[in-house]
Amino acid sequence: MIKTMLLGNQAIAYGALDAGVSVLAAYPGTPSTEIAETAAGFETMQTQWAANEIVAAEVAMGASVSGARAVCCMKHVGLNVASEVLFTGAYTGVNGAMVFVVADDPGMHSSQNEQDTRLIAAAAHVPVLEPADSQQAYDFMRLAVLMSEACDMPTIVRMTTRTSHARSVVMRGEAWPQEKRAYEKNVRKYVMAPANAAFRKTTLQDRLMAAAEFAAEHGLNTVHKGSGKIGIICAGIVSTYVKEAVPEADVLQLGLVNPLNEKEILAFAQSVETLYVAEELEPHLLNAVRSFGIVCEPIDTSYIGELSVRKIRQALGLSVPQALPAFTDLAPRPPMLCAGCPHRAVFYVLSKLKATVFGDIGCYTLGSMPPLSAMDTTLCMGASIGMAHGAELGMGRDFARKSVAVIGDSTFFHSGLSGLASAVYNQANTTVVIVDNGTTGMTGHQDNPATGKTLGGEEVTPIKIEEVCAALGARSVRVVDPLNIDEMETAIRQSWEEDGVSVVISRRPCVMIVKKREPAFKVDPDKCIACGRCIGLGCPALLRENNRKAMINSDACIGCGLCARVCPVNSIGGKNQ
Amino acid sequence: MNILIVGVGGQGTILTARVLGEYAQRMGLDVKVSEVHGMAQRGGCVVTHVRMEKTVLSPLIEEGTADVILAFEAMEAMRWLPRLKMGGLVIAAKDRIVPPSVTNGQAKYPENVAANLPENTIWVDAVELAKKAGSVRAANIVLLGVFTAAAGLDQEQMRQAIVQSVRPVFREMNDSAFTLGYGAVNA
Repeated sequence: MIKTMLLGNQAIAYGALDAGVSVLAAYPGTPSTEIAETAAGFETMQTQWAANEIVAAEVAMGASVSGARAVCCMKHVGLNVASEVLFTGAYTGVNGAMVFVVADDPGMHSSQNEQDTRLIAAAAHVPVLEPADSQQAYDFMRLAVLMSEACDMPTIVRMTTRTSHARSVVMRGEAWPQEKRAYEKNVRKYVMAPANAAFRKTTLQDRLMAAAEFAAEHGLNTVHKGSGKIGIICAGIVSTYVKEAVPEADVLQLGLVNPLNEKEILAFAQSVETLYVAEELEPHLLNAVRSFGIVCEPIDTSYIGELSVRKIRQALGLSVPQALPAFTDLAPRPPMLCAGCPHRAVFYVLSKLKATVFGDIGCYTLGSMPPLSAMDTTLCMGASIGMAHGAELGMGRDFARKSVAVIGDSTFFHSGLSGLASAVYNQANTTVVIVDNGTTGMTGHQDNPATGKTLGGEEVTPIKIEEVCAALGARSVRVVDPLNIDEMETAIRQSWEEDGVSVVISRRPCVMIVKKREPAFKVDPDKCIACGRCIGLGCPALLRENNRKAMINSDACIGCGLCARVCPVNSIGGKNQ
Repeated sequence: MNILIVGVGGQGTILTARVLGEYAQRMGLDVKVSEVHGMAQRGGCVVTHVRMEKTVLSPLIEEGTADVILAFEAMEAMRWLPRLKMGGLVIAAKDRIVPPSVTNGQAKYPENVAANLPENTIWVDAVELAKKAGSVRAANIVLLGVFTAAAGLDQEQMRQAIVQSVRPVFREMNDSAFTLGYGAVNA
């Protein structure tokens, strides 16, 4: 028995390892990223960054159908991308186990929405296990593998930010061998032509309900006996809040949150005087319990954000700890582009050109923040190109002469390719700026098809973005170093003037992956006229107070020199000055 | 004990929390450490929760429940003050990291942070001491030294926990950073 302290995400990876999983594929996304990063260290497991979540799910499904145990991992919005595999995979079922690990983000710490995976799973008729801490993440991952094979179903392990990114002690059990089932061709099961799909759908409910029986047999749902007055049904991280908030309550902690076991819920309801349901986001458990004709009340009726011990106690009319008031006028400290970030130069130029910028998802989304404020939209992975194209259709050719799509290298391979192909095919005049910093930055610097390295660290031939764009029919492809702001401005202006889809690749590596840094720049206070142009770049290394002259924090400055380029009086100098 | 570690992305708050997690295990306590990853790390406020008890349920430290706030940046100590238990301890680095909202003139950095923190506050020249130890990056271990002394924790076990958690090349520097922090309280 190995006792170790693990992040919830690491516990998932070890759970997969000790459940004999052979294949794990993922696309990075907070709060799920560390699962694949941890698994990459396991010699017995085939792991990879897929180009996007549906490819990850397809890779895992292929491994499963062939007979191996497989896992795919993603953040909640990644399941939208992978959902076709989920919905139809529920019809086909599996051979070796197939587990989706999906990390939701209640409170939107690092996400564009807070959709609830449980509702998608319910719509897809797929079982969902929800752990409360790292130990359960490990245990439930193993049970999800067994359940998948026992019920002939893909299963989902639902994590949330607080379970994924909390570290606690895990006792690892005995590792199961990497058993592989024999592959058998089975057209009726695996070829979802209409007649076969219709047949498979008739078995769907039985296979789903088998999951509820499996949960009962394996003790996935647990009852904590209290005084019998208040009963609370909950799951996952919320169950830790509930147990801490109301130690005297009876608690039914559901390990399986879809489907629910009617008999079990009814028995618990009958054992208490008043029944509550505590859950974050959608009223999924509440509606399910009420559908059994059981009277119960929700703890939280906002359906927004995270629950807490305090919120639960307040909802039940219990006392809460006294606390000092918050300072309401403290200077905000939102996340921002790093000192020397190559994206900053691109947004400086776009801001100067007063471009309408259809943005995308990555570090560069921070280009929307003041002072550059150079992004108009951020919707979902890959949306930039399609939206820029749509805006031209809606508003005309002139609108396209003042607008661009901005998308990162990893996001381009995730879902920009199809947008670009579609724009070319439909004769759009879109200007696409691909901000290629050689990494998947926001999630912590993962590799992608353009970086020349795999998840396992193997060197591979990088796919060249300029060649891909040319092959997809881009009218022009210009590769520019963003620190050459004049050249960047010219490239964008030329793209606006020419017909067809034009691509500008802004290429400079992320400062976090380039170990070497240039000496810090300095402001000559005799020359500085306190105009604020450099401050307008929003670089964290540039300082000034009360509209006085600018200063450079030499600990933070990496010597990119962008501020020197925008200074109108040459007051900022680098190593050669 | 509930220890809230607050600072700005990139200051090494997560490593500090991991050391405390290791320490708790050495002391035979249950422990949960809640970290912030992703977007907030890009220069934004970062908060890490460390709870060590016989049994820990929730991984989070909520309003009015932190025994200690360990602040790597002065203004951040103020920001998270509502989490402090009434009468709890604040250990704060004197060092200021000015956010762009202040640089741009949209907001002001508080003039007198000390006046806004409770009486039970220990101020630390964290960066200064870290430089003495060899690198500004050891400021987190300096603060850990201060905390260990101020909270009366087991010094030897904490040193072992640091050795366990940092890369071998930094061991010597971190050990001297810890000593400087520890000594700053006794002096």
